[in-house]
This record gives sequence, structure tokens and C-alpha cells, in this order.
Amino acid sequence: MRNSAEVVIIGGGVNGVAIAYELAKRGCADVVVIERDYLGSGATGRCGAGVRQQWGTEMNLRMSIASVKKFETMNEDLAYAGDIEFKQGGYLLLAYTDAGWDQFKKNVSLQQSFGLAVRSCTPAEAKQIVPHLNTEGLLGATFNQTDGHCNPFHVTDAYAQAARRLGVEIYTHTEVVGIRREGSGRGGIVGVDTTKGSIATPVVVNAAGGWSKPVAGMVGLDIPTYSERHQILVTEPIAPMQGPMVMSFHHHLYCQQTPHGSFIMGLGDSSEQSGYSSRSTWQFVEEMAEKITWLLPPLKGVRIVRQWAGLYNMTPDRTPILGPVPAVPGYFMAVGFSGHGFMLAPMTGVLLAESILGQPATIPIEKMDLGRFARGEFFIEPSVV
Amino acid sequence: MSEIDKEIIVCRCEDLTLADVRMLISKGYRTLDELRRIGRLGMGPCQGKTCRALVQRELQAAGTPLKHQLPGTYRPPTRPITLGSVAAGSREEESERA
Repeated sequence: MRNSAEVVIIGGGVNGVAIAYELAKRGCADVVVIERDYLGSGATGRCGAGVRQQWGTEMNLRMSIASVKKFETMNEDLAYAGDIEFKQGGYLLLAYTDAGWDQFKKNVSLQQSFGLAVRSCTPAEAKQIVPHLNTEGLLGATFNQTDGHCNPFHVTDAYAQAARRLGVEIYTHTEVVGIRREGSGRGGIVGVDTTKGSIATPVVVNAAGGWSKPVAGMVGLDIPTYSERHQILVTEPIAPMQGPMVMSFHHHLYCQQTPHGSFIMGLGDSSEQSGYSSRSTWQFVEEMAEKITWLLPPLKGVRIVRQWAGLYNMTPDRTPILGPVPAVPGYFMAVGFSGHGFMLAPMTGVLLAESILGQPATIPIEKMDLGRFARGEFFIEPSVV
Repeated sequence: MSEIDKEIIVCRCEDLTLADVRMLISKGYRTLDELRRIGRLGMGPCQGKTCRALVQRELQAAGTPLKHQLPGTYRPPTRPITLGSVAAGSREEESERA
């Protein structure tokens, strides 16, 4: 193991490797990524693989639109021998209540002001887009064609390989056990201790996903993130029949057919307690099956092959915390993605690299800092399953 | 790598040959979970019941003795089941409780 580095990134999920790559691309290749398990073993590899731009806040819109641009050319940009499997089959968001529909209308005008070709649909128009959709009770929908699906394992692999080629070192099955600070533990970052040795470094990035809070605790920071289990199942592959992701905030569910032919679907559970469990439950499968066979009836005949769970790392306003922390010089955060860290990762990589290197920001992130919670400046994202 | 390796199916659900598996292992994916994620090995309807032992043998041949191999994750359900059967069973239970 290297005993020094310019930057140490904690967490080998898609964000950790994207930040490493973007740093190396800008000439800062003396970077180490530390991952407790294997790359993508946490939230990245457990996510629903959706890529959405239909958001309700300016920051999520800017980040997601720019991220989609990067997904579109990622195979070439990262010289990836595989395929990130980006499919732009769209997202169809369903509204069932007046309040939900009013929110969608506000979101659509905001989204259109950012140049997104999103449109509102009547239930009949929604049925044209997804012919097997049960429109009972549906008030309206919004559709954006350039949203879609992307393979999280392959995106992570693509960034990791590209970063390694530029000189980044990635240590898997290695756990960070402590972060050292100057003086009596109140000054700048000086090093990271792991289960396989110590690395001297002036810069640490917390990209620990579900474990962001304990990793912040290592420098004495108490951050308002918490982790919440979300569950997913996947079916056997069948012939292509559904282009878009279908998503209902009212039913707390989403369901998409991947390019491989399988359907990936998940549910939010408002009774879920915060914690670190990623065990799957039979209750989820029952509720998911009931809801999805009502909403998309032909799925009755499709077999479930696997179910799993992963952690959303939540913040109080469901918007990530990005950038430096003035109280701890050299400590940067890319945490609290609240269930959409994968789809924003291309821009998270760029913005964190720019922030660490003191370069001009492609998108200003000062307001995404940790301090916003103390200042009471929330960016409440209305559209999260 | 011999030509015959390209004809030997290891994961019949996802159509991966012995040559595919050896190529992935040679690229540095050295655990069952990583091989699954990168190559879809064992992600089909049988969930690795056929290929798991074969892949473990290949990992051993590539230098990771079985006793040092991570076991990989087993996920429910044990056998594929239709969404319709689960939904019908769930509704039946509800009406019995009512």
C-alpha cells in the first residue's frame, strides 16, 4: 500500500471512483480510493439503475441534466471496453392527487426553463407511451424521453479502469479505521489509517454512501445524514415491452425494463426505521407484487428471480451535501444523495474534483454545503420515492 | 486459452462460456460477487445453482484456494415465482385474516 497520497477517497462506489477519475484527468493522479468491500458493493450496486432528470429543485436539475450528457458519451470518454448500457427510454411519472398534479405542473415549468423536453400527458396519452398501464385513478403524467437506465456496475467499472490507467490506486477489502488531524485533532487533515496500513494525506473525501455519518464522525463532525433501507426485486428477462421507467410517488414505487429484458422494481416504505440493515424481507415482495400487478397487469406472468436491499443515505432536505467543510481543512464531502447518487455521479465527480483543486466550478455548489442546515437554507426536493 | 473453452457453457442462464469466465478472472475480478456484477454470472433464473461450483473451481485454479474464497451472497427467492402468484397469495392471506 502507498504510504502517502495527495487525496484519499473513502468509498469505492460510483461517486468515489468518479471523483478519483476527474481528479486524475485534471492532473492530480496521486489519488487513493479505499473500499471496505469490493467496488460498487454498497448503494451503487444495489440501486434501481434509473437515470432521471425530472426533478423539482434547480440543483438536482442542473446536476442531472449535465450527468445525462456525460452518460451519453461515457463509453467513448472513458475508453471503456465494455458497455455502460445507457438506454434512454424515458421516465413516465404518474400523478394521482390534486396536490401531486399541482407539484408536477410546477416541476414541468421549472424543468422546461432548464431546456428539458419534458411534457405533461393526459391518462390516455400516458397509455400510448406505456400501453399496458392501468390508468384507473390516474389524473395525469409527465414524460421525458431522455431519462432512462444505465448499468451501475459497468459505470463504476468504467470509471475505476479509467482512473487506474491515469495512476489512481484503488484498494478494495480495506477499511478506513481513523482519520488523523493536525495539532490536537483540531487542525487540517494529515492522514488516514486503514486495516492495511496508514497513508499520509492532506485531503480526504467522504464518499462513504450509507456510512457517511460514521466517516464524518472520524473527524469529529456530526452530520445530519441517516441511512434508510430500500428494497428492490428483479425478474427474469422477457422480450422488450416497456420503454420508460414508470414511477408513482403516490404508490412509492418505480418499475423499469432493462436492456437485458428483466424488470427492476422498488418501493419506498415510510415505516422503515433508519439503520444499516440491508436484509431483504418477504413483506416487500408481497406489497411490490400486489401494487405492480395492479398498475402493470401483464407483469403477473413474469417471474421474480432475485430480491435485495440497499441504503439510501438521506439528508433532511433530500439533497446531497457537497464540497469542503471550513471547520476541517482538507475534508470534503459527497454524501447524502437520498436515493439518487448513481444518476448524479458523473457531475459529482466533476464538481468535487474542481472543488478540491480550487478550479472554477461548472455548477456552483457553495449552497450545497453542510452549513446550509445550520443556516436553515434547505433545498427540499419534492420528488423522491 | 483453448478453442474448446469457447464452446463450454458455464452459466447457462446468461450464456457465459468457460473462456468468458477465465477472461474475467484474468482481468482481476476474483470473487463470486464481483464476477456476478461485471459479467452477470449466476444472475439468471437458477441464481448460480449450476455455475457457482464451476466458477469456484476456476477461481481456485487461478490462485485463490477455496478456503480463501468469499462465499458470495445468496438472495431470495429460492426458485423463481411469478409476481401474479405472490400477489394472489398475499390477497388470499388478507381475506383469511379479515
